[in-house]
This record gives sequence, structure tokens and C-alpha cells, in this order.
Amino acid sequence: MTEPLVRPRRKNPLKRTRLPLRPQGVRSRTAHGLTAAAAEGRFALQICLDCDTVIYPPRDACPSCLSARIPFREVARGGTLIAETAVRTTTDPYFRERTPWRVGTVKLDVGPVVVAHLHGDAVEGGRVRLELKLDKSGSAVAIALPEKDTENMADDPHLREMTCDPKFRRVLITDGRTGVGQAMAKAFSDAGAAIVFVGLADPWKPFAGMAGLRKIERVEIVPLDVTDTESVTELAEQNGARIDIVVNTAEHIRAGGVVDRHGLTIAREEIDVRYLGLLRLAQAFGPILRFRGADGVNSAAAFVNLLSVHALMNWPAYGGYCATEAACLSAAQCMRAELRPGGVKVVTVFFGPLDIDWFQTVPPPKVTPAALADAVVRALQRGLEDVFVGDVAEDIRQRLAVNPKALEREMAN
Amino acid sequence: MQRKSYEGAVACLPVTIPYRRYSTNSAQWWLGRALHELIKRAGLRLKDIDGFAVSSFTVGPDTAVGLTQHFGLSPRWLDHIPFGGASGIVALRRAARAVQAGDADIVACVAGDTNHVDSFRKTLSTFSRFAQDAVYPYGSGGANASFALITKHYMNSYGAKREDFAKICIAQRDNAMSIPHAMMKKKLTLDEYMSARPIADPIHLFDCVMPCAGAEAFLVCREDVAKSLNLPSIRILSTIERHNAFPNDPMQIRGGWELDIGELWSMAALTPKDVDFVQTYDDYPVISMMQFEDLGFCAKGAGPDFVRSHTLTNDGTFPHNTSGGQLSVGQAGAAGGFLGLVEAMRQLTSQPLGSQVPNANACLVSGFGMINYDRGLSSCAAVLARAA
Repeated sequence: MTEPLVRPRRKNPLKRTRLPLRPQGVRSRTAHGLTAAAAEGRFALQICLDCDTVIYPPRDACPSCLSARIPFREVARGGTLIAETAVRTTTDPYFRERTPWRVGTVKLDVGPVVVAHLHGDAVEGGRVRLELKLDKSGSAVAIALPEKDTENMADDPHLREMTCDPKFRRVLITDGRTGVGQAMAKAFSDAGAAIVFVGLADPWKPFAGMAGLRKIERVEIVPLDVTDTESVTELAEQNGARIDIVVNTAEHIRAGGVVDRHGLTIAREEIDVRYLGLLRLAQAFGPILRFRGADGVNSAAAFVNLLSVHALMNWPAYGGYCATEAACLSAAQCMRAELRPGGVKVVTVFFGPLDIDWFQTVPPPKVTPAALADAVVRALQRGLEDVFVGDVAEDIRQRLAVNPKALEREMAN
Repeated sequence: MQRKSYEGAVACLPVTIPYRRYSTNSAQWWLGRALHELIKRAGLRLKDIDGFAVSSFTVGPDTAVGLTQHFGLSPRWLDHIPFGGASGIVALRRAARAVQAGDADIVACVAGDTNHVDSFRKTLSTFSRFAQDAVYPYGSGGANASFALITKHYMNSYGAKREDFAKICIAQRDNAMSIPHAMMKKKLTLDEYMSARPIADPIHLFDCVMPCAGAEAFLVCREDVAKSLNLPSIRILSTIERHNAFPNDPMQIRGGWELDIGELWSMAALTPKDVDFVQTYDDYPVISMMQFEDLGFCAKGAGPDFVRSHTLTNDGTFPHNTSGGQLSVGQAGAAGGFLGLVEAMRQLTSQPLGSQVPNANACLVSGFGMINYDRGLSSCAAVLARAA
């Protein structure tokens, strides 16, 4: 059983902040196949299409038949932990301040032997299940978890290094006026976040769900207007060092394409709220998050971007909106590289049409704000980097992987 | 096909450049010192060296070719053998064949590495692609962590205890007491061994070698050439070499020796009882224990009992790692793969640096190395004898 985390005490502001370090993240190009799987929470290893051998470590030829047809595929994750050790002396500065660090040899049922990080409840000689996670370097590693869930298992210090669990962390929901913002506040409160800061522009203006929002435990309303640089900067100055996870819920959804929309007013607005809003948040909060990446139990952990799945493929009915979403996706990719030195994950959550007024005319299936919020919390708990929420999002992900050009044509209908 | 004997080819002139914990000199410097010592003591000119085999981890970006220009050599036979703990025996057997075939007359086999303050970490993190992709990101414990897992599994499987490994380490320390350049020259007690700092459970401090800088070297030539140079030489009765044996063993519990052991002894026309001392590759004591089993001194799994029933010092019932091995002398990178071989040559020619094993006429030397991922891939061994 894992020792439950203790809620961190208020930090002494005079104390030095521990600077973030990273384990070595360099990998061969082939090994980043594991990174791709870990980013989405899949357990995938190479399988030889010619002789069915499951391969690890990643190779460029099958060690049984030398075939080069060895793609990454999901495989069964069960195995036996045949030997374990606790590393107490290491040449790496990241691990040096985290020793003893347990690692072990797992014989997978599907064949290969994997040297893996060990969850505290994984026992030598016992059954384990392997998961691929992104470590603080952003590259994939395998961790052996006990075969069945154990109490408080998410609190395990090794595992928590690879996840962004909201428990005891302080979250900023950038816009509480939307249904998604409110659902998000509720979900983070339920997940054990220590404080849920919820941003509101013009807080005196009433809105649907206002009373409910204020009733959520540990919610603290803060003034925040993502279209106002000063407002964003001011919040970061006042509370930035107390914010460990940022979830950008600022939303601007309008129908209309690029040719058939008249004028640039709407485009300017959506760019201001969505793209420039993201840049303002990134510039104000990014450097503080990056600096606080190793700041104890409630270290800075993640910046979450909620993106329409149509950021990946334009949907002409909402064409202008999609273009802005695509710009936000590109910015998020950049943020990933920029925040990686702090070990801070930039999570992209791709959703299908939401069950909100702005998608009123769109037929189901649609994603409720609560489902989106749950997916975000789950993604953080699991340490994912790319998440697809809802049937439409999943459908588009699959079609895109097979034939992007076909999808482009299909989106026009 | 029956393998050809090594008759006519001999090894001579064991050279060691005294080890240092850290060195600001380059690997080229250390290799150069060893090569210089060889020609000086053999009374040769540089151009007499027409074969050159070199082993080093830290000589990059140079290869053996670049070193010929660095050292002013013009060899007609050249080999680069960066095989870690297998380097020495692999160099010996290749050079012997070259000499037998007439491809070279005098082969200088040289191994050496430097040890800068940060070179150990750099070597670990870039040791191999599999190490980079699948080992180093897991705690970065280096070889200590990999051998900790192998040791733990061996202990679980065969009931070896830390006290058994202690016995190997303590005996080697006794043997090292008279070796001037040994890194560890203080007598080791069981208490000190047992209470040493843990490194990666169950590996503790005295299970680990001390990385250092140094070089080892020897010559391989025809017997008549050695005689004309007045160099006492040793005969090569047999050798074996194997890489990536038993890939389906989930954990390394045996080395590749097991595949080739019958041939090693039959080619030598000796049995394990006939050798007077043994030099195993001792990067960790568990590997020495595995070698006792895999090389035929006892049955598989009987390693712990074998150790309990023998004394392993130079005056004991089973003289083992007679100069203290890497565990006491230090591991100068690839020179660690030469250490046992060079020491065996000294014992068999009665010119020991430390204490002499009585009646040392035949011995077994083995090599092991290259943790590419989760296990040592290379194994080799040689049976050597005093020249007639």
C-alpha cells in the first residue's frame, strides 16, 4: 500500500526553490515510437509482422527474422517482476536527488524483458502491469505497476514524477463563465486540488451557473480577462507562484467559413480570445511554471490546452474558428519545447463538438462539459500529453491517421 | 572441423602503466606510454611492430587507424577491439592467428583508458543505443544497477549470500596487498564489506570496481622471435569467444562460456583440475562466481558452495585473481579486459608484481563484457601454460 501524500504546508517564501532537473531524454528515432504511445496512454511495443515476435528495446530489424516490418502495436502489458534493485548512487543529477530509486526487470508475458521503473507496490516475484509514461524529460519510460490497483497508488513518488495529478495542486481555470469552465472547476475540486482559481472577466456581470460555481469547494474567484494583457500579468504576479496547473477554458466559437464570412471582426475576436489569449497566458505563467517544475509535492505540473479536434483538420462549417484552433495547436507545440526544461507538460485535449449553445445546430454525438472536464482530470492523473475526447474526436483521429486527404474531402460534406 | 592449435605463437612482455584514480591525460597518452614501455623493454624499434591491436573506450574520435599516425606505426596488421572485458583474450587469439599465418611478426596488444572527472558519466549515458534508449533513463545507475539485478536474481536462484561474495572480494584484496599501483590497498574485513555503503541493492561499495586511468599491454609473436629477444613467453593452449549467447534467458544466469566450455578444455587437453590459478573477469563478484560454474570448476548453481569450500588467495586451494583483480587494482576502462591476462603472463613467467602462486604452470583466464542492455554480451576464455 502506498503511503498517502500529506498536504504540503505553506511554503516559506524565503526558502530556495529547488530547480528542475530532467533525466536523460535522448532517444533513438525508433525509440520515440514509445513516446508516441506514452503521450496517448497506450502500451505499444514493436511487433514483427513476419514472425510475430514482440521486440524490446526498440530495434530497426527483428532479432528473430531480420524483418524491417516492425511497427509499434498495442500489446498485453502483463508480466512478472523477476528482480529489483534500488539505485542509491547515480551519476545523474536528477536521480541523485531522488534516490533510492527502484528499478526492476520485468519479463512480459508477450516475450521481451523490460528494465522498468517500479511503483512502490510492485513486488519482486509478483505480477505487474507495465505502462508507458512520459518522464520529466518528455521521453517515454516504462513503469511497472502492481497488477491490481492499490490504495493511494497515484501518490507513489516515482509515479507522481510522471503524472500531473491535481491532488494537492493549485489549478487556474482561466474562464469560469462558460459551462466548460464551471465543469472543470467542479472536476478539479473533486480530484483533490488544493485551490481552484477560477478566472472571471467583469465578475460583477451575472451569468448562468454563477451561484453553483461559488459553491464548489476550494474555488477562489480571481479577476482575469485573457484579452487584456494587464489583467493576465497582474494575476500572474499575484498568484503565479501558487498555480501549478493552468487550464485554458477561454472559448470563442462562431460558425462560418473563411470565404463566406463577411469582414474580419469575428476573426479578430476569436484570435484575440483564443490565440492571443493563449500567448498572454503563456508569457505570463510559462516562466513561473517552468521555474517551479520540481517545487515539491505541489510542483508546477501542466498547462492544458482545450482544442477543437478540428484544429487537426478544418471543418468548413466552422472554418474560421478551426483556423484559430490550428494556430493554438501550433503554439502549444512550441510551448512544449519551451516548458520541457521545467518538466512541465503541455497537454492538448482534442474535443469533438460540445453539448453547448454554440454548437446548437450540430447533431450528436456531442461532448458534455462534464465529460470534457473528467477527461482533462484523468489525462493529468495519467500523465498524458495528447487526449481525444468524444466519439467525433476519436473518429477524426483515426481517419486522419489513415488518409488525411479523404478526411479533408469528408469534412466539406 | 578440428580447430588448429596456437602452436608457434606465444605471448610475452606483460606491461602495466601504473593506474591513477583520475588523469588529465588523454587515452592516447596512456596507450602511448604502454606502447613505449613495450618497445623499450623488448629492445625493439617502432618499425619492428608490424601488428597493432588496441582497445579503449575513451580514445574517440580516434580509431586504431588514427593511432598509427599518432604513434608513428606502420603496421601491416591492425585491429580495433573495444570489447571491454573481453578485449584482452580477443586481442590475444586474433593476434596469435595473425602471427601463425605470417600476416604479422610482432603484434603489440594495447589497452588503456583515461579517467577524467566526468568521463565515467559520459561513458555510461552513451555506452550503447540500448543503454541510451532503455537503461540509462531508469535511475542512471550504470553497470551497478544492471549487475544489481543480475546479482539479486542469482542470489534468489542459487542461494548465494553476501558473505559468499565477500569471500571473493576479501581474498582478492589480500592478493592485492603487494601490488604497488592497486587503487585499494587497505585490508578488507568481512565487517567492512558487509557494512559498506549500499550502491544498488544488493550491490555495496566493495562489490564495485573503482574507475581509474591506466594501461596494459603485451606482445604476441612467434616463439623463436620471443627467444631471440630474450623474452620469457607463455603458450596458448586454447581459447574461446562468444557473443550474445542465450538471448532467451530472461535474466543473465550464465555466460556464453557454457556453450564453448567443452571445446576449451578438450583443445587444451587439460581439465579444470589441472590449472594452478584462475583469473576471472571480476567487474562484480557475482560474475566471478558464474565463471566458476560456467568454466567447469563446479556445477551450475554450486558457485556459492564452491566459494565456501575453497581459499581463494594466492597461497590457497584455488588461487583466484592473483593481483587483486579489478575489484582491488581498479578498472582502467578497457584495460580491465587485459588485467587478468597480463597478470597471468607474469605468474607463468615467474615475474609477478606481487606474490607468486606456487608451481604456476597452467592457468585459465576469462573475459566478460559489454552490458549493451540488460546483460553482458561477450564472453571469452583462454587456457595458458608456461613455455616448455
